[in-house]
Amino acid sequence: MAGSGTAHLRPRDETLLRLENLIVEFPTRGGGKVHAVTDVSLDIKRGETLGLVGESGCGKSTTGRAAMQLPKPTSGHVWFDGTDLTTLHGSSLRRARPQLQMIFQDPISSLNPRRKVKDIVSEGLDIWSVGGKENRRGKVRSLLDEVGIDADAALDRHPHEFSGGQCQRISIARAIAMDPKLIICDEPVSALDVSVQAQILNLLEQLKSRYGLTMIFIAHDLAVVKNVSDIVAVMYLGKLCEIGAPDELFQSPTHPYTAALLSAIPVPDPEAKPKQLPGVGGEVPSPLNPPSGCRFRTRCPRAAERCAEEEPKIREMRPGHYVACHFPLEVDDVGVAAPSSDGAGS
Amino acid sequence: MWFRRRKRRSLDSADRFPSAPPDAPLLEVDDARTYFETDRGPVRAVDGVTFSLDRGKTLGIVGESGCGKTVLSRSVMGLLPKHNVIRSGSVKFEGQEIGNWGPDQMRPLWGTQMAMVFQDPMTSLNPVMSIGHQITEPLLYHFDIATGYARELAVALLQSVGIPEPERRLKQYPHELSGGMRQRVMIAIAMACGPKLLFADEPTTALDVTVQAQILDLLQTQQRERYMAMALVTHDLGVVAGRTDDIAVMYAGRLVEKAPTKILFSQPRMPYTEALMASIPKLGDAAHTRLATIPGRPPNLLNPPRGCKFSPRCAYVQDKCRVEEPPLRPGADGKHEFACWFPVGTPEGRAAFESNKKAGLAAVDARLSAETAPVEGVS
Repeated sequence: MAGSGTAHLRPRDETLLRLENLIVEFPTRGGGKVHAVTDVSLDIKRGETLGLVGESGCGKSTTGRAAMQLPKPTSGHVWFDGTDLTTLHGSSLRRARPQLQMIFQDPISSLNPRRKVKDIVSEGLDIWSVGGKENRRGKVRSLLDEVGIDADAALDRHPHEFSGGQCQRISIARAIAMDPKLIICDEPVSALDVSVQAQILNLLEQLKSRYGLTMIFIAHDLAVVKNVSDIVAVMYLGKLCEIGAPDELFQSPTHPYTAALLSAIPVPDPEAKPKQLPGVGGEVPSPLNPPSGCRFRTRCPRAAERCAEEEPKIREMRPGHYVACHFPLEVDDVGVAAPSSDGAGS
Repeated sequence: MWFRRRKRRSLDSADRFPSAPPDAPLLEVDDARTYFETDRGPVRAVDGVTFSLDRGKTLGIVGESGCGKTVLSRSVMGLLPKHNVIRSGSVKFEGQEIGNWGPDQMRPLWGTQMAMVFQDPMTSLNPVMSIGHQITEPLLYHFDIATGYARELAVALLQSVGIPEPERRLKQYPHELSGGMRQRVMIAIAMACGPKLLFADEPTTALDVTVQAQILDLLQTQQRERYMAMALVTHDLGVVAGRTDDIAVMYAGRLVEKAPTKILFSQPRMPYTEALMASIPKLGDAAHTRLATIPGRPPNLLNPPRGCKFSPRCAYVQDKCRVEEPPLRPGADGKHEFACWFPVGTPEGRAAFESNKKAGLAAVDARLSAETAPVEGVS
């Protein structure tokens, strides 16, 4: 896996956001480079949710941030609604940015502790002077109502007076305040308890259907990503491995890394069948000096000589299901991939 | 070695801590309470917990953040701060009461009888001591052995926890290792003196999912090979599902349900357990499946609600629940314990749910909306 190519991209006029050959590198003190994202291409249609999964350090957050130009990618293009954001600077970039909003992982530290909730939520509106002052106040109230926060009690309070789940709701209200076209959610539920996580996931789904939002949903939890996504991309060490519709991708993964991820997930069901998929040993190599060819080959159970020499290109395995691997898994290899959920729940 | 060595010089710990009659459980906790004193009153972090654990068994302790699961494990281990802590109840280890022991009394037990693996391998290792130093420290403290032999033991320990090139690792410092490797070192330190009881407090929360699977497998092998008792403390029901004999569910400082793992998952009796399971996204479900939620949030432990602590969020709640706190008591089969007046799956529970449904209770709506919401197609 861990390959490059653009075979999976859809026609440009159908997509809201299109990342082309995105490369993000960070210099290190020793003169080396951290290869955070290497030649990743992705696109999202309007109203779609793209799930981006991978282990920590795989470049999923960097990809999301590069789309926002935070920081600008080292090379590549970010086509958003017909304009290439990488060519914009200064005020033209500022004008484009309200269209893209972000929700961060840690809800408490992503809100300014010294500001009141009403100021936090209306900051974007104030900066752009949207409507009159009274108008904005009403808008903040309706936003808070929308995300399930009691506006009367919350407006004049500070973030520390709220729980993690409530702070995340306030972050969501702030993100939708400017009526953005795209919301990038960077691990929005991984700091929350399971019962609160379910509330936030349902809220995001609800807002998405009401406003027709387009989202990039970055997370390491495959089950969470599957729950919210229309299309899922699996990343490893700065490269794309596999892209496909969530049901298909998790039912019959073709990339050995996706299969390994699926087999590693602890399933809340004691009757779950023992692992049918090949697991992986070892740990993610350093992005300072990634392996040649396919970046997953050092941990891959199917790696052969060719994987070290030649980087796999992304190709279509089944309609809408793309993989970057020389030796992808067939359906027969996988057997029953997704564990049944019987036994858990009511 | 610059650190203190114990006066006791024997490899055999049996005379130091005489073994109890073999029929008694290894660990017995009875009505343990741990309150923290604050300016606003006592925080009831652990509020009357009773359980026992046998050698060779694994107990999963599950709950959301703030439910008291970590404080419980630290209370048993005697690792609480000195001040502003009120403890009561009994903790018996091999039949001996250790609940009121201070650190000096506990020290011979730490490492040799009971050990702990902490959540964050980054901060629980000493950053300015080499790995070798940290592994040999408990060996040299407890046993009368030469430094060279302790290093040999350390190499063997590192090998047994799956660390490649153990000799080289001994000279390295924690920052030179990855998170997964650090957690392996923590496990090696915990295993060093052959404890009978291991507390693993969220051992994999800070790790990636592929590494998490490796560490959980490692803990399981070590537990089986050494015939230890293990308490696996976690917020993730998935982590405990395939790897424990029994599961205890905690809510607001109390155990609310305790059962053999399979029974707990197939027929949860406590509404909280049921709701918790329903709120987890599952890989087997189709995309965009609406999740069941638990309305509200856990109670403030400074001022917990009267009656059942879960009653304000419960879909089965009746007037009795708001007044009288249900005790943890065994059901008909004797093994499955739960603290609920109207248990899930019983006629009383069903009647309570139906009457709440008629009354339009919020918690019932949250449950029903998930069951009836149409599953959207995937474009």
